[in-house]
Amino acid sequence: MTALFILLAELALGPMGAALGAGLAAIGAGIGIGRIGASAMEAIARQPEAVGDIRANMIVSAAFIEGVAFFAVIICALVIFI
Amino acid sequence: MTRNIKSFLIILFIIFLSTGSIRAQEAETPVKESEHAEKFDAGKFVIEHVSDAYEWHIATFGHTHISIPLPIILYSKQQGWNFFMSSKFHHGHDAYKNFRIGSPEKEEVIQAENESVKEKDQYEGKIVELNANGEIIDLPIDLSITKTVAGILVSVIILLLIFLNIAKTAKKSANRAPAGMLNLFEPIILFVRDDIARPAIGEKKFEKFMPFLLTVFFFILINNLLGLIPVFPFGANVTGNIAVTLVLAVFTFIITTFSTNKHYWKEIYNPDVPWWLKFPVPLMPIVELTGVITKPFVLMIRLFANMLAGHLIVTVFVSLIFIFARLFGVEAGLGISVVSVLFSVFMLMLDILVSFVQAYVFTFLSAMYFGMASPEHH
Repeated sequence: MTALFILLAELALGPMGAALGAGLAAIGAGIGIGRIGASAMEAIARQPEAVGDIRANMIVSAAFIEGVAFFAVIICALVIFI
Repeated sequence: MTRNIKSFLIILFIIFLSTGSIRAQEAETPVKESEHAEKFDAGKFVIEHVSDAYEWHIATFGHTHISIPLPIILYSKQQGWNFFMSSKFHHGHDAYKNFRIGSPEKEEVIQAENESVKEKDQYEGKIVELNANGEIIDLPIDLSITKTVAGILVSVIILLLIFLNIAKTAKKSANRAPAGMLNLFEPIILFVRDDIARPAIGEKKFEKFMPFLLTVFFFILINNLLGLIPVFPFGANVTGNIAVTLVLAVFTFIITTFSTNKHYWKEIYNPDVPWWLKFPVPLMPIVELTGVITKPFVLMIRLFANMLAGHLIVTVFVSLIFIFARLFGVEAGLGISVVSVLFSVFMLMLDILVSFVQAYVFTFLSAMYFGMASPEHH
């Protein structure tokens, strides 16, 4: 039993979990910003004269979603370094 | 006659360059001998680049560090006020006037079980006070001008130069077309007023908040942009330091709280929701209260993480060159340096865009919170 625990501790589950978490956060951000980009393209195709407004709003929304992804990355970094 | 002078200067310059490269070759041989002994610690290199420090490190050639010492200001209960330059610490090797920078990880080897225990000194990087025997007593109150503070001072000087100049120009050309630097900054100031403050706060009250919004926008923007320039007075990682963004978020929180009216607090403690969400266990008030704290917290984390990530990625791409050189030889290092530099330039371009976007998002969200702080009755 103790051998199993020692084996588990040696596996360094903490940093592995942190790396997995950061990767999942990257997937989430990729999907989210991809959808923003797709709908922005569609909107520009439907109404080309609104390009300026659509582009500004797209960049702002992407910044918000990236903020959420960075939250997850900061937590993962905390796990590794603390 | 000018053509002769020009060709003479060009020949002189080329001779200078060639002698310069000969000098570099002479210096290379002693470094090569110790190359196998020195390992390039990428993690330490990257973290040192983005953290705060008591001196401004410029370059390292072999074992010589070139860095600019910064003033250290300490107050300790035993010794009172102390002012000295950080060069007295000799990069953390010496103690001065019973102060020392805490040493990094110490490694103890326990001979009996043949294991090594790494003991992390909890005072790593901080200034500690020693008593007569060299033991650590206490931490003094540390008000030193560190690298981040020096970076803030540099950007404040630049901001003052710009804005005092354009204020004078704006007063002089009051009803005419703008002149000089005002041409560059007036559209940005009008953008902050018309596209950020007016829609978010409303026509009646936006002017009270304009000074803070303009200050925060330009402070964050200039600090973000200056952090990308690698040469000496710029390149301090100011907005990538969580203490700086914490202070900015605290300012937003204080201004939001001080510009509230009664209706705002009613919506937190007694919102218009069914009674069972409020009465035995006040669920909605708890959620709303955590929202009050979370919103500035998220502001802080967003700006900090974006800027830190940008700096980290550029530093990691550059250190990739050295990792490859140590692993596969100098030719691999040279080869990867083309790709690495291209990627670094691309990331820096992206970081310029991110600097503008983050300054805009911080200012816009602060304006939204100010607008929501005094809601009208429906």
